[in-house]
Amino acid sequence: MLTRQRAEQIFSKVLKYSTADETEAIIGSTAYSLTRFANNTIHQNVAEAGLSVSVRAVVGQRTARASTNKLDEASIRQVCEAAMELARLQPPDPDLLPMPGAQTFRSVDRFYTETAELTPQARAETVRKVIERAEQDGLTAAGIFSSGVTASGLLNSRGLSAFHEETVSEFSVTMLGETSSGWAKSTSPNFQTLEPEVLADRAARKALESREPRDIEPGKFSVILEPAAVLDLLGFLFFDFGGLAIHEQRSCLTGRLGQKLFGDNINVRDDVYHPLQAGAPFDGEGLPRQRVTLVENGIVKNVVYARQTAQKMGTEPTGHGFPLPNEYGEAPMNIVMDGGRAGVEEMVRSTERGLLVTRLWYIREVDPYRKILTGMTRDGTFWIENGEARHGVKNLRFNQSVIEMLSNVEMMGPAQRTAGEESFEMVVPAMKVRDFSFSSLTKF
Amino acid sequence: MKDFAQQALDTTVAQGASYADVRVMDIRQRYLSAKNGQPAQVRDSESLGVGVRVIADGAWGFASTDNLTRESVDRAAGQAVAIARASALCKKRDVQLAPEEKVVDRWIAPCRIDPFSVPVLSCLDLMLKVDAELRKVHGVTLAEVAMDFRRIEQLFVSSLGSEIYQLKTQTGTGYVATTFKDNEIHRRSFPSSFGGQYQTKGYELVEELDLLGHAPRIAEEAVALHQADQCPSGVRDIILGSSQLGLQIHESVGHPIELDRVLGTEANFAGLSFLTLEKLNTLKYGSDIVNVVADATPAHGPGLGTFAYDDEGVPAQATPIIRQGQFVGYLSSRETAAAIGLPRSSGTMRAEGWNRIPLIRMTNVSLLPGSDGTLDDLIASTDDGIYFETNRSWSIDDRRYNFQFGTEIGWEIKNGKVGRMLKNPTYAGITTEFWNSCDAICGPQEWVLWGTPNCGKGQPMQTMGTGHGASPARFRKVQVGVAYSG
Repeated sequence: MLTRQRAEQIFSKVLKYSTADETEAIIGSTAYSLTRFANNTIHQNVAEAGLSVSVRAVVGQRTARASTNKLDEASIRQVCEAAMELARLQPPDPDLLPMPGAQTFRSVDRFYTETAELTPQARAETVRKVIERAEQDGLTAAGIFSSGVTASGLLNSRGLSAFHEETVSEFSVTMLGETSSGWAKSTSPNFQTLEPEVLADRAARKALESREPRDIEPGKFSVILEPAAVLDLLGFLFFDFGGLAIHEQRSCLTGRLGQKLFGDNINVRDDVYHPLQAGAPFDGEGLPRQRVTLVENGIVKNVVYARQTAQKMGTEPTGHGFPLPNEYGEAPMNIVMDGGRAGVEEMVRSTERGLLVTRLWYIREVDPYRKILTGMTRDGTFWIENGEARHGVKNLRFNQSVIEMLSNVEMMGPAQRTAGEESFEMVVPAMKVRDFSFSSLTKF
Repeated sequence: MKDFAQQALDTTVAQGASYADVRVMDIRQRYLSAKNGQPAQVRDSESLGVGVRVIADGAWGFASTDNLTRESVDRAAGQAVAIARASALCKKRDVQLAPEEKVVDRWIAPCRIDPFSVPVLSCLDLMLKVDAELRKVHGVTLAEVAMDFRRIEQLFVSSLGSEIYQLKTQTGTGYVATTFKDNEIHRRSFPSSFGGQYQTKGYELVEELDLLGHAPRIAEEAVALHQADQCPSGVRDIILGSSQLGLQIHESVGHPIELDRVLGTEANFAGLSFLTLEKLNTLKYGSDIVNVVADATPAHGPGLGTFAYDDEGVPAQATPIIRQGQFVGYLSSRETAAAIGLPRSSGTMRAEGWNRIPLIRMTNVSLLPGSDGTLDDLIASTDDGIYFETNRSWSIDDRRYNFQFGTEIGWEIKNGKVGRMLKNPTYAGITTEFWNSCDAICGPQEWVLWGTPNCGKGQPMQTMGTGHGASPARFRKVQVGVAYSG
């Protein structure tokens, strides 16, 4: 695995071969293993290890990047020369800024030795217990249990030196019955907080309780979205919270900064330092990530800015830039949304007619300014009547503006670290939303 | 490459693997983009490594490394065997593979102009000319142009004695004009959206596409969409343009025919398939004029799904999938073929890189051309319909029944003539009902082999290029405008 010392050694070789005006290197390593199961057996089981160096050269007002995973002297020389040559071939970029110098970073501790050392045998043993839980109720289990270590160093010729390592782990399970299914997932830097058996039990109960799902007539309903469903919808909103996206008028927030776009109860920030968050405390250029209030009482307060975007728009960078060069500019990647106190059971009890949704799937953007999204429910969708989840229903397609949705949030649960499938992890609550629009049904 | 591959193979066998295969892959990519008059990204990357896949104690294991030393390769090989033994702790039965013969061969995909030999300045020059053409049209707020070149070199060896070297060069290019006005954002892309057109060929693809020639029309359409009428809601006859139909095929035929999905091994992520085993040779998937093949052979064309051998060393094949509307074939692997009693794998196992196992992936899943002439002929024979062009959104359920697509632009057809432009067009349906409503398919003169470069599947996720050939086609009585009717 990459250490800070090794990153510095590699960078010193880069500096030996680079004759660019300025040089930056992003050095990254991965050691990752994943145990995959389906049909109550482990059917795929993989491990990977890799180390790469990505060199950005600045020559005049021109920049380009070249990357390799070959770390012998000749290959490092070659990648430096490639970056410089590519840089020289371009017209000058008047917006290109000098690289930042040395920075001070707030430390975050997201490395757990037990997670780094988790073995395939230990993962297999956990999977065996999950399979037993499935077989107890005549269900079929499918899912993954993964763990690993990532490390990244970002160094440049102006003295910036940033390094971060963290462990990663994930447990996801789908329990399938003849006519129904349930799902649960958790990710964490610390595998000991995943609770696979709890997740397996939750998924199994959803599968059992949604057996023989019924048809319902699509329409607008009150819907209770569990946190993963909330996350996968919100993930389509946050790439619009970038300064460059607004400057280029491709953001749904174009012309809307400072406006009340959502309900009073919507408060969102970007906060990599939150205890339930993960990731490095620096951005793709090596600037410290700042906490940024994005939405306050429903008002769009701020967006995030990379250095170049900030310069262009006459403001200060917030430490959310992607590695240069890139087309996108910046985006918040550590979302924390304030929640409430209502549990999902309380939301169900408060609902006369509506749906309880475990997760959403294959969500895609239909309209980029109104932010209409479409997708399907999946793995545990229940009809609620007079305060009780009565039975499972066949999965439904929705077409819903997420902007309108966030104006219709009636209740929220406590915010929790959440993992979905369509977006990066966030800290978000479950929500009860009125007038959520479902347009059609599928056959299961 | 060969020394490391052989060493890994020898180590796995010495440690008790009953089967092993090793892939050494060296992947090189050059990505160039321009935006609003400036280069946006100019980037080269290369990745070399080895992946070792084994069966030991009747179960699968895989390990990979990019540290190409004897010690590290040995360690990865040993790790693969240890992982397989861990898998065996939960096995129900030993892995069985359909038989294959050993192959020793070498294949290099045809490539007339090596894209890596084309001066970067020439590429940027063309891209900036296209950019300038797009932004000449007042109202275009963002012009984006990209080129993407990949060189994929692989050596495959297996404990059967196979040794297969393959080299593929892939090229992709396209552009987008975006417009913002009156709280609407519209886009027009050429030659298709989300990256453009991709094929397994060299820079000659860029020359064939006439990027500059189409730029004024694309930009003008992006602006005109703001004045266009909203696509109506209701039930209409529709015609899908060739690239949109390519994506329709990908989502509603290509994915459900993946036999691993059918057998439940993708349940936790991508999902299952409605094409359960009893439907093979019994399901009327489409109308009588619908014929679909999965064809990886070079004879089908330079698609992203074209190769000589898959990543299990199985030769590329042309597999009928839908024959005159009848469902007749799956995409299979050695393991899934054995599971349902097929005599042989259909050769569709493909891995994104050295650090990923092969999975069943689409090759070139194509709708064969029909006999209904040109697109103009098809429009002329349509009394009342909507023509949909260039994908903007796509979504389908996890068994591949209920879908909804949106395109960038549409046109109303009345009495055989193209009428008013329509904005925000969407259509939706159920897969088999939709394909059974197909009543006309344009001829070979309209057939294009499109490339979808980033199909995602698997855990950990991997992306793969797939090819889809299609001529425009008509479908009767389809739900349109649903997404905006709520």
